[in-house]
Amino acid sequence: MGVSEKRDFTVVNHRVEKVDALALACGTAQFTDDIDVRGLLTGRLLYSPHAHARIKSIDTREAKKVPGVLAVLTHEDLPRVRHTTAGQGHPEPSPYDTLVLSEKARYVGDRIAAVAAETPEAAEEALARIKVDYEVLPAVFDTLEAIKEGAPVIHDEADSKNIPDARHNICAKFDFEVKESEWFAEADVVVDRWYKTQWAQHCALEPHVTITYFDGDGRLVIRTSTQVPFHCRRITAKVLQVPVKSIRVIKPRIGGGFGSKQEVLLEPVCAALSLATRRPVKIEFTRKETFVSSRTRHPFVVRLKTGAKKDGTITDAHMEVYCDNGAYGAHSLTVMMCSGSHTLPMYQAKNTRFVGRSVYTNLPVGGAYRGFGATQGFFAWESQMDIMAAELGLDPIEFRRKNYIRSGEGSPVFKAMGEGREGIEQKIGSCGMDECISRGLAAIKWYAKKRRYRRQTGPKRRGLGCACMMQGSGIPEVDMAAASIKMNEDGSFNLHMGATDLGTGSDTVLAQIAAEVLGVTTGDIITLSSDTDLTPFDVGAYASSTTFISGNAVKKAALHAREQILKVAARILDEKPQDVDLKDGKARAKSGRSCALSEVAHTAFYYHDQHQIMGVASHYAQSSPPPFAAHFAEVEVDTETGQVTVLDYVATVDCGTAINPALAEGQNDGAVLNGLSYALTEEMLFGPSGAMLNPNFRTYKIFTTADAPPFKTILIPTYEPDGPFGAKSVSEIGINGPQPAIANAVCDAVGVRLLAPPFTPEKVLKAIKEKRAGRPALHLLGG
Amino acid sequence: MKKIQGRGTLEAVDGRLDIVVNINGADKALRVAPGEYLLDALRREGYKGVKRGCDNGDCGTCTILLDGKPALSCMMFAAQAHRRRVVTIEGLGTPDRPHPIQRAFVETGAVQCGFCIPGMVLAAKALLDENPEPDETAIRRALDGNLCRCTGYVKQVEAVMLAAKKLKAAGRRA
Repeated sequence: MGVSEKRDFTVVNHRVEKVDALALACGTAQFTDDIDVRGLLTGRLLYSPHAHARIKSIDTREAKKVPGVLAVLTHEDLPRVRHTTAGQGHPEPSPYDTLVLSEKARYVGDRIAAVAAETPEAAEEALARIKVDYEVLPAVFDTLEAIKEGAPVIHDEADSKNIPDARHNICAKFDFEVKESEWFAEADVVVDRWYKTQWAQHCALEPHVTITYFDGDGRLVIRTSTQVPFHCRRITAKVLQVPVKSIRVIKPRIGGGFGSKQEVLLEPVCAALSLATRRPVKIEFTRKETFVSSRTRHPFVVRLKTGAKKDGTITDAHMEVYCDNGAYGAHSLTVMMCSGSHTLPMYQAKNTRFVGRSVYTNLPVGGAYRGFGATQGFFAWESQMDIMAAELGLDPIEFRRKNYIRSGEGSPVFKAMGEGREGIEQKIGSCGMDECISRGLAAIKWYAKKRRYRRQTGPKRRGLGCACMMQGSGIPEVDMAAASIKMNEDGSFNLHMGATDLGTGSDTVLAQIAAEVLGVTTGDIITLSSDTDLTPFDVGAYASSTTFISGNAVKKAALHAREQILKVAARILDEKPQDVDLKDGKARAKSGRSCALSEVAHTAFYYHDQHQIMGVASHYAQSSPPPFAAHFAEVEVDTETGQVTVLDYVATVDCGTAINPALAEGQNDGAVLNGLSYALTEEMLFGPSGAMLNPNFRTYKIFTTADAPPFKTILIPTYEPDGPFGAKSVSEIGINGPQPAIANAVCDAVGVRLLAPPFTPEKVLKAIKEKRAGRPALHLLGG
Repeated sequence: MKKIQGRGTLEAVDGRLDIVVNINGADKALRVAPGEYLLDALRREGYKGVKRGCDNGDCGTCTILLDGKPALSCMMFAAQAHRRRVVTIEGLGTPDRPHPIQRAFVETGAVQCGFCIPGMVLAAKALLDENPEPDETAIRRALDGNLCRCTGYVKQVEAVMLAAKKLKAAGRRA
């Protein structure tokens, strides 16, 4: 067996220490703002106080007179280039509907002007002196109202592109149907429900921050907290109309992103201020700006009408989604499509229909967020699965087991629905769902507790719920990653990757893959990720792509270097290359002879056939192998207060080979806890004017150590044939489970069906009271 | 002229205050504005391990130890640290000579993006100074002011447990 197919790993699948962890723990690792730049100006932005208003005029004269103010910019000062801030492959499947500084206010928090000043105080003073004459327009805040005839038209400009129906505020649409028989003709049970998910924010602890400056050669350097350095370079060049080659994007350590840093938000405006002043400029979002004016999770309204036979076969799946995109269409098509493309293949119905609309409203802008539509889709689907099981009189676990997609199976949905375009045909190469379910059931003691909770009395009732999910691993035939690996004379290697480690641990995981191929430890791999001048291209860190796509690129690059090493080593050892292996930092021949890698490098540098040993490779995929997961929640519901307490939570996940089990567990733990607080507390609230009411951590509650319920990640190993050393993705899937698993557990405990998270005590109590009053429990719109 | 009462009286000259803060074991003379926050002053002086996550006292990334107790440097004026002892993450250990708590965070996989970690390590230090053998509840209570969005806190709680063990084995205080 060659190194490529090996399964007896020495570095991969080991709990190797994260390569940057020590520097991070000691506070020496440098994030974007952790350098001192001489002469740095403060950049600040002026935001619209109106949800919808035409700008009649902007007077910046007084602002420019403030001492220390060097630039005041409005849309009139910048090239009018409509673009999308979504950092996606080119051409981006999002409408080009955005200007760096808006010519019309479309939400409270829309960017109207930018200033650069010597001090923060001067910058603030300048903002206060900008006079904007607004003509306030009627606004629309409701997803379904916005698409009605006569609703205010949010994008009435002539120069936006790729908006399918601007007059009805539709920024993306996608319809798809496979039909093998008459709709619902074979179904014994038909369930028709509407679900509604809420606005939420990523809450990366490091706010968005960008520093722009000119290097000694006059090139523009953008040091920025981004998930997409190469898309950032392309989009910034385009909107400021400067050559790509004049820009260098540097990604330092990043303090989390979860999708919000997949948007090119601050870089163009910060660069515009540097271009205007010829000085270094920093823009750092406050926490409030991060909430209001970065990006959010798109709230969805989902209708599921599904049919099943008495034996539990799902026959029909009609899925209708309305994705609220807020004021601009970032990720409008792709997030909306992923709500179907990641859910519909899970339980294949003969008749499958997807109707998707993404909708403009006068609220903050939706964007990529961990889970990317699948989160919203699975809340609806996994709730629906329990409702159908109850109607059929089947065990919800057995009902899922009967229907989920197996290894070797395909789905017409894979071909029909990609991300923003047609997908590709694929068959499932690895599926650990059965073990995910059985291990999860055992860990939470499902059946024993079910029996115990059958007879409960008193105000507090306990219940159990489950949810099953899948996701993808990158976007097939869209995502591309490249890496190069260069050998040094001491036998160490520089691994230069386009891949973007934003705190996920990808530098470590990718170093492990390279080390496995080269027979060294991660201590011999010096990683550099995402500097557009120094590393090869990569689309960036999104779509659960890095381990799978970038990992394959790194593996190939390492194999390329390995081939060269073996040639040199074979000459040194007087052996044939095919008889030499790399192990423990040495080249070892079958005969027993060996030499150190440093000798190989020395020979190549100085003695014979002199050359640099260097591997380079790219990878794009023709499949997107789904990871699978099963989640199990045990809750206690206080029927007097409506309080839902999670007593235990088990999240099993099949991510193929976990390249680094500790990091894979950590990824899943983080996704699950984010999902738990999204299920129970997190919600962006808006006042009647459209202003966000809770833009801080005091009133927008994310869980702390004390709030976090007991929960556990269990990795279920499988081997994905298309993945590097059998790996699939792990980063997103875990966030999809808590909402449906908890909703199902609450229903098990007290018999009320919650259709609109977060499951706050107010909503739950109301649902309980309505059930007692004998009213149907359809708590959809805010409950 | 502004006066700040505290450990002695400070007088602002030309809108500036001259203060002396013991940072990581050494007295340091700082010239600060009366309204300047300790977080800004520390970062300006090069202590970049002190992070700004919210500037509102809600996230804990700016945590330092003030006379041995965790404090939020975004919620106090620099002048309030006059003649007091401040420990930042840089004062606890370095990559060459990390503190056992820092090692424990690395070994358990508790560090993901790492932005919250300096504050969390210092909160752990303050806990272990007071309670060398904390149980999980005590750890969760001590880290309650330090938000993390990456890890789910599972491995960070493990890290503090491990740090306690390491310290005990080495027979030393945190």
